[in-house]
Amino acid sequence: MLSLNNIFDTIDMIDKQHLDIRTITMGISLLDCVSEDPGRCCEKIYDKICRRAEKLVKTGEDIESEFGIPIVNKRISVTPIALVAGSCETGDYVPFALTLDRAAKTCGVNFIGGYSALVHKGFAKGDELLLRAIPQAMAQTELVCSSVNIGSTRAGINMDAVAKMGRIIKETAHLTRDTDGLGCAKLVVFCNAVEDNPFMAGAFHGVGEADSVINVGVSGPGVVYHALQKCKGAPFDVVAETIKKTAFQITRMGQMVAAEASHRLDVPFGIVDLSLAPTPAVGDSVARILEEMGLETCGTHGTTAALALLNDAVKKGGIMASGHVGGLSGAFIPVSEDEGMIAAAESGTLTIDKLEAMTCVCSVGLDMIAVPGDTSAETISAIIADEAAIGMVNGKTTAVRIIPVEGKDVGDVVEMGGLLGSAPVMPVHRAQSAGFIARGGRIPAPLQSLKN
Amino acid sequence: MKAIVTVVGKDQVGIIAGVCNTLADHGINVLDISQTIMEGYFTMMMVVDLALCDEPFASLQSVLKTYGEGRGLSIRIQREDIFDAMHKL
Repeated sequence: MLSLNNIFDTIDMIDKQHLDIRTITMGISLLDCVSEDPGRCCEKIYDKICRRAEKLVKTGEDIESEFGIPIVNKRISVTPIALVAGSCETGDYVPFALTLDRAAKTCGVNFIGGYSALVHKGFAKGDELLLRAIPQAMAQTELVCSSVNIGSTRAGINMDAVAKMGRIIKETAHLTRDTDGLGCAKLVVFCNAVEDNPFMAGAFHGVGEADSVINVGVSGPGVVYHALQKCKGAPFDVVAETIKKTAFQITRMGQMVAAEASHRLDVPFGIVDLSLAPTPAVGDSVARILEEMGLETCGTHGTTAALALLNDAVKKGGIMASGHVGGLSGAFIPVSEDEGMIAAAESGTLTIDKLEAMTCVCSVGLDMIAVPGDTSAETISAIIADEAAIGMVNGKTTAVRIIPVEGKDVGDVVEMGGLLGSAPVMPVHRAQSAGFIARGGRIPAPLQSLKN
Repeated sequence: MKAIVTVVGKDQVGIIAGVCNTLADHGINVLDISQTIMEGYFTMMMVVDLALCDEPFASLQSVLKTYGEGRGLSIRIQREDIFDAMHKL
C-alpha cells in the first residue's frame, strides 16, 4: 500500500527537486523516402515525419497532465540525412535541413535531430555534401540538430573528418555570429555515436532501428542532490547506495512514461536513457552533486573520482528499473546548461583540461563549451581528436559541442537562452596543433577493436 | 482507473467533507484515505476509483483545482501508476 510519505516524496521530487522526464524522442526511419529527385525526396520526408509524429506532442502533454510529471521536451530523430539524400541528384543539401525544420514546426516539437553523417572510416558522396551544407543548414534553421560521427573503437579516427569539422564549426560560428554562435550549440561531433540516443543535439535514428520507435530520457540531478544532503560525511559506500536507490526510482518513472507513450502512440518502445541531465536552474545541477560529496568547487582535485562514482551508481540503480536501457546513459556535464558548472568555470577552477579528464568516466564529452572567437579551426580539430581518442580507446561514446564565439574572449559570458543556459568563455591552450591536424589520414583502430 | 488525490493547505473545518462531496458529485468512489498534519499543514491523500466517472481527466483536474483555490487548498489528482512505479516493486 502506498503511504502518505511515498506520495508526498514523489510530489516533492517533482515540485521542489526538478524531477522530470527530459525528453520523449520519436525515432523515425526515412530510408523509404529516397528519391533521385531532391524535391520529391523532401516532400516524402516532410509527409512521413508529420504523419508519424502527428500526435507526439499532444500525447506527451496528456501524459504530463494525467500523471503529474513534467515532460520537458518532445523531439524527433531521423535517419542520418546523408544516407537518405545520397541518392538525390543535387549538390545542395540545405533544402533537406529546411524540410526537417518545417516538419518539426508543424509537429510542434522542440528539436529534430538527424542532419547527420557517419564518416568514421571515410566519406560517401552524401556525407561530403552533407558536411559541406552544415554551416548554412545551422544558420538557416531553428530546430534542426546536426551530428557527425568521426571515429569509433572498431574503425579508428578519420582525421580528415576531424580536420573538416574544425573548419565547419568555425564557419557555423561565423554564420550565426549574431546569436553568439548559437548554430554550434546544435552541432555535435561524436566518436562511437549511438543509434538510439534521445538527447539533442546528437540524436539520430540508426539504420538498425525499427521504422519508428519511442526513446525516453529521464533526468533528476536535483533529486540525487537532495538525497545526498541527507548523508553528509558518510562513507562512499553509503553515497553510492543512496544514488543507486534514487536512480532506480527516477528510472522506474521513465520506464512507465515510455511504456505509456509507446502504447498511446502505437509505436514500439525502444530504450530508456539512464541519464542525469542538468538544467541551468538552481537545484538541478550535476556539479552541485559532486560538490555535495565534499569538493569545494567542481573541477578541483577529486572531481573525476566523484563523477566516476556518480556515473556508475546511476547506471547500477537505473538498469534494474528499465526493460531496455540504451542511448548515452550516464551523467551529462554540459557547462552552459549546469548552474554549478557555470559557476565553477567562472571561478577558473573548472578548465577544459579537467573537463576532458571527466569525460573519461561520464556519459559523453566536452559539451556546451564556449571558447574565444580567435580559436583556430586546427585547435578545435585537435580538441575533437583528443576527445575521440578517449572514446575510441575506452569503447565509450565521446562528443564535442564547442562554440568559438566571434568577438568574445576569456572573461566574457555568452547567453544561449532557455535550457542552453549561459556559457563563460573558457581558455584554450595557445600553442598550435596545426601540423598535427594537417597530416590527415586515419588513426588506426586500437587493439581493443579486435574482439572476435 | 485508479488515481491519487492529494490535498494540502491550512487546516479548517470541512476539508474532507467538501472534497468527498465534490468527488461524489462526479461518481468517484473513495477507496482509501490517509491524513495528517504535516509542518502545520493539513495533508491528505486519497486513493480513488474513476471507473464510474464520465468526466474527462483534464476537466476533473480543473474542477478539483478550482474547488481548492476557493478555500486556500492545493488539490491535485494524478494517475496512481506513477506512484506505484516509484515506490512498489
